[in-house]
Amino acid sequence: MIDFTRNHFELFGLPLRFRIDVPALRRAYRDLQREVHPDRYAGGSEHEKRLALQASARVNEAYRTLEDPVARAEYLLQLAGIDATAETDTRLPIDFLTRQLERREAADEARSAHDERALAAILDDVRRESGALLADMEDVLAGNDREPARMRVRELRFLAKLDDDLREMQLAELDR
Amino acid sequence: MTLFQISEPGESPLPHATRRAVGIDLGTTNSLVATVRNGSPVVLPDVEGRTLLPSVVHYGERGVDVGHTALAQAASDPGNTIASVKRLMGRGIADLADDRRYPYRLVEGEGMVRLATRSGVKSPVEVSAEILKVLRRRAESSLGGTIDGAVVTVPAYFDDAQRQATKDAAKLAGLPVLRLLNEPTAAAIAYGLDNASEGTYAVFDLGGGTFDISILRLARGVFEVLATSGDSALGGDDFDHRVFCWAIEEAGLPPLAAADARRLLTRSREAKEMLTGHDSAPIAAALSDGTRVDLTLTSTTFTTITGTLVAKTLAPVKRALRDARLEPADIKGVVLVGGATRMPQIRRAVAEFFGQPPLTNLNPDEVVAVGAAIQANKLAGNRERDDDWLLLDVIPLSLGIETMGGLAEKIVPRNSTIPVVRAQDFTTFKDGQTAMALHVVQGEREKVADCRSLARFELRGIPPMVAGAARIRVSFDVDADGLLSVSAREQTTGVEASIVVKPSYGLTDTDIARMLEESFAHAADDAGARALVETRVEAERIVGATESALGADGDLLDAEERAVIEHALAAVRGAATGDDRRALSAAIDALNAATADFAARRMNRSVARALSGRRVDALG
Repeated sequence: MIDFTRNHFELFGLPLRFRIDVPALRRAYRDLQREVHPDRYAGGSEHEKRLALQASARVNEAYRTLEDPVARAEYLLQLAGIDATAETDTRLPIDFLTRQLERREAADEARSAHDERALAAILDDVRRESGALLADMEDVLAGNDREPARMRVRELRFLAKLDDDLREMQLAELDR
Repeated sequence: MTLFQISEPGESPLPHATRRAVGIDLGTTNSLVATVRNGSPVVLPDVEGRTLLPSVVHYGERGVDVGHTALAQAASDPGNTIASVKRLMGRGIADLADDRRYPYRLVEGEGMVRLATRSGVKSPVEVSAEILKVLRRRAESSLGGTIDGAVVTVPAYFDDAQRQATKDAAKLAGLPVLRLLNEPTAAAIAYGLDNASEGTYAVFDLGGGTFDISILRLARGVFEVLATSGDSALGGDDFDHRVFCWAIEEAGLPPLAAADARRLLTRSREAKEMLTGHDSAPIAAALSDGTRVDLTLTSTTFTTITGTLVAKTLAPVKRALRDARLEPADIKGVVLVGGATRMPQIRRAVAEFFGQPPLTNLNPDEVVAVGAAIQANKLAGNRERDDDWLLLDVIPLSLGIETMGGLAEKIVPRNSTIPVVRAQDFTTFKDGQTAMALHVVQGEREKVADCRSLARFELRGIPPMVAGAARIRVSFDVDADGLLSVSAREQTTGVEASIVVKPSYGLTDTDIARMLEESFAHAADDAGARALVETRVEAERIVGATESALGADGDLLDAEERAVIEHALAAVRGAATGDDRRALSAAIDALNAATADFAARRMNRSVARALSGRRVDALG
């Protein structure tokens, strides 16, 4: 069988760290898909087709994880045996939560007022905060104390969800 | 530009050992078949030199007509002349916004709407298969033998039920389906390979009854779809209908009989087409009660009455761009596909939105079939000079499962690159619960009731545990055709249930087998002989593939392993010379089993090669 035990970084031949060479990731992704994509095995046996499907899906999953910095950070913690976003542990700093709660309220207001500009401004704000949290992620992950990294990833996951929701609100405006 | 050549029917057959591969564009209004001959894609014409086959099926007193002859009977026998059947694929009556628009009689059927015709009740899958059969025969006579593989295109925005229905129709028409390919992606292949383009492109595909927008990145021979959106019930048909409604109101007509409605609709479509090159067009028709309709439709009026339809195409365009996280200015070029993009109103709207004139140097009617033919040629294993390209496509709509409170939990988000395998754990909510009902849905809305229901199945035999103790892993597998299968497994006990999602709207494989038998019986075609031919084609393919695998990677096997494979190979070759289809089938299965482990080792080697940066193109 395909060696599914390798981690995503090994799969793409990248060093195990947060800061990655994104163009190198893309190149490795394309090169791997060229080899394992089901299109290459369209004339193969049923077994080969199934293998290609599994391998290609695995490569897609790995790429999706490493391409997204939040998912990448979460994955690095996971490799270190830490489940940062386990449902049993959802603690977040109170000032962080308050800020997000205010943003949600502002977004709901903007939505009822069909104020697309206000929605876009909130989204920009969210992305700025994520960007700031990601800026020194490499150092936070490298620290001996895992707790700050874990909290950081949880905050980022929370912001990513808010980002998704805000984008869906923007899309809903398009359908009006 | 030499992309499109029209070949004469019955012209020189393909060189020896080239597989007969075709691309088929099964359109709402017209369908086409194309192939790659001597390295160039060609659209195959009928005996009269016409490439477009109207997607119309007429069930007559003396049999079934398809295409131009069927279309000619639309006005005299509207109730038995089925046009735009693509709009009904994988759809129930409740899904059709305005079922009275169809001049033929629709009846509710299990999972999918049915059509009541003179020849009995037909499913949209059967009607589509009639169209595909005509294209298959056209290709067979042009290529001089059985088709080895076909790529059939579908709108990118088709959901699972619509895709499955299309694949079923192709099977029913006796076509070996290599792949379902998204129409805008097919167009991008035809366009991109011809122009050696790099950059991010938008493909705006407005067909007869469907609208797609895809955003693709082309880089170093990889076509990567970033996002797709659309409306699977919006197309040129709707513009015709607007004109038709305008004409009725303008002429003050009472509700029309089916034949009159058909006639006026045709005049409306002709007027719309004429407006592409003129400022006004006449709509003149004599109705059965002697009334004469004599109107003039100006371009200005047409723009007014169709304005909302044009605007309706822009919402999905914005959606796709947002999902790709791009702005209109990031798009290097916009490719127009589909006959309906000939309308100046559409061209203007697209140009204005993207701030650049769209690319129209390819024939919008043929470009999808051409792209499908290029893909089919590659998948069938015919080697071409510049076939070192790869296609990475996405699913258009999120896939999920119903959770408590009638909410949909997304498991595979829209625009995920396929193939994709994604799992999520669920648990029981009652003490001692031994079964779990799973409801698979597709769509973006939060409530299950607003999404499309794809399948329901049950996982039974979960051992009694306290609520929340069971770990039920639900796994979604979407293959390269964009088709879903779902399985559920209780992790602690290994109890399992799975389903290939084709239930609510699809036909079972047994249904298809039965229909195939029936159709062969009617066509006085020998089903047995045909099946034997198909199995021999399969045998030839697998023998070839195994031989080339042994040649390329034989060193992965020890002498004993190699002997086992050689033995199974010889058995297939032997059985292929006989007439026993079952024996041949069994030999093929045995060869597949014998090479399973070899296949896995070869794929590992490919991965290792890709990682070490050495690409071995002679593989496989």
